Amino acid sequence: MSVLTVTAMKTDIGKYAVLHDITFEVPEGGVFVLLGRNGAGKTTTLRSIMKLWQPTPGSVRFQGEDITGLHTADIARRGIAYVPENMGIFGRLTVEENLVLATAKGKFDPARLKNIYALFPALEKFWTKQAWSLSGGQKQMLAVARAIIEPRALILIDEPTKGLAPSIVAAMADAFREISQSATILLVEQNFHFARSIGSNMAVIEDGRVVHSGAMADFAADKALQNKLLSLSA
Amino acid sequence: METITDKLGRIGGVNLLPVAVAVAAFVLIGAPSSWATLTVAGLAMGMMVFLMASGLSLIFGLMDVLNFGHSAFVSFGAFVAASVLAALSGWLGADSVFLNALALSLAILAAMSFGLAAGWFFERVIIRPVYHDHLRQILITMGALIVSEQIILAVWGGTPITVPRPQFLEGALILGDVSIEIYRIFAVLLGLVAFAGLYVVLNRTRIGLLVRAGVENREMVEALGYRIDRLFIGVFMAGSALAAVGGAMWAGYETLITPALGGEMMIVVFIVVIIGGLGSIEGTLLGALLVGLTANYVGFLAPKLALASNMILMMIILIWRPNGLRPAVK
Repeated sequence: MSVLTVTAMKTDIGKYAVLHDITFEVPEGGVFVLLGRNGAGKTTTLRSIMKLWQPTPGSVRFQGEDITGLHTADIARRGIAYVPENMGIFGRLTVEENLVLATAKGKFDPARLKNIYALFPALEKFWTKQAWSLSGGQKQMLAVARAIIEPRALILIDEPTKGLAPSIVAAMADAFREISQSATILLVEQNFHFARSIGSNMAVIEDGRVVHSGAMADFAADKALQNKLLSLSA
Repeated sequence: METITDKLGRIGGVNLLPVAVAVAAFVLIGAPSSWATLTVAGLAMGMMVFLMASGLSLIFGLMDVLNFGHSAFVSFGAFVAASVLAALSGWLGADSVFLNALALSLAILAAMSFGLAAGWFFERVIIRPVYHDHLRQILITMGALIVSEQIILAVWGGTPITVPRPQFLEGALILGDVSIEIYRIFAVLLGLVAFAGLYVVLNRTRIGLLVRAGVENREMVEALGYRIDRLFIGVFMAGSALAAVGGAMWAGYETLITPALGGEMMIVVFIVVIIGGLGSIEGTLLGALLVGLTANYVGFLAPKLALASNMILMMIILIWRPNGLRPAVK
């Protein structure tokens, strides 16, 4: 069963048509990775699902419900979390306040909080610090923690490894593997090696269209296809 | 190695600027009694301008709306309060402090209620169609300010209106050589109460947390599941009500008001918001106090420079800190 179904989604930004025909299904559980070259439309796809850009025709179904016409806030309340490329951290708020905002009633579930501390120990250490003072990796941890502080069925994450040190990227991969045990992750990623290490399914976007989708293992095994779609030789 | 900026930051940083200005003025003025009178006048003016500007700063910071019509709420607040005070002039002149205070409270309450209702109407009818379009915001809110002046002219007439003060706020407090108007002390206290209230709401409540987060990143607040458009209306109404209360206090301070009040205050209010930094209540207070103190000190020391003093202050601060003293977003 698919948790998210995107059908014939098109998005214009100003007078530019960015997405022409985005169609893919995200199966429940695991990590679904959207791959593609710079400017292909991966970020726009995530933003369009969240209604941060207004897609025109097409439809988005989440757990069987048509969410195409919903407001961003209502989409989030249905159980979709979003971690943008710039992380979307509120720098003047403390780590605690950033997380409180992501809770439905302003209170933490102790078990979830304990789990977050275990995944990202730095957040407990800097709990009362303003978020702007965190390092890039810690900010990314906070952004991901904010997405999982409440139970979510689907988490959209945009390029979480960008600019991070290799050790942080490895920690992030471990965290994603654990998170994907209880929620589906839809990940946009440029780093194919990272994507391959955690992805279960994938789609490639090229010039605003989905040009390939399938199991990550199959794609990882097909060097010629990788080279054709992503210009990868490794 | 610790820099001078770090050292200053540890002892208060830019928060000390009003103190530094007051100390410099003390040296330049020489006479302690004149300095004390000017300082209290500056603080009172600053607190009233803070009331007017705090809402605009939040509206600017949270909603990204350039509302040049904000000072219309100041005008309406002043005229509504003046009408209530005139209608209750019997209570104002009575020997009973209770009746005096009741008349003043009703006048402030009427101004605040008008500000809330007018703010709701203004956001719905004038601002909502022009979100995300600064040029149209400037044009339509400037137009609204002109229309509001004409409405005031039609309702209250063009003749300056005398605003009666409550008996218990008349007169001055004499401390040695220093004479301090009681109304000014009241204005300072009311401003402090408003600041404390705003501070608590913004820093100790969930709504405040949302406002602070919204000032930084509106889109992310929505992606967390909050309808920020509903927050916008609340903030706009609260900001308009604060401006109206500021106008009511200003009316009692000046004791003579004209329909041009809104236009006159607009420049000062914008200077305060720009000096303080967008979206920051602490910054707005700092900017308002600096503007109030500078206007009074310069008016005494170099009367010919009085009109330009706030502009010069803004230029100096923007050269030093282009985003203002305490912007909400780093």
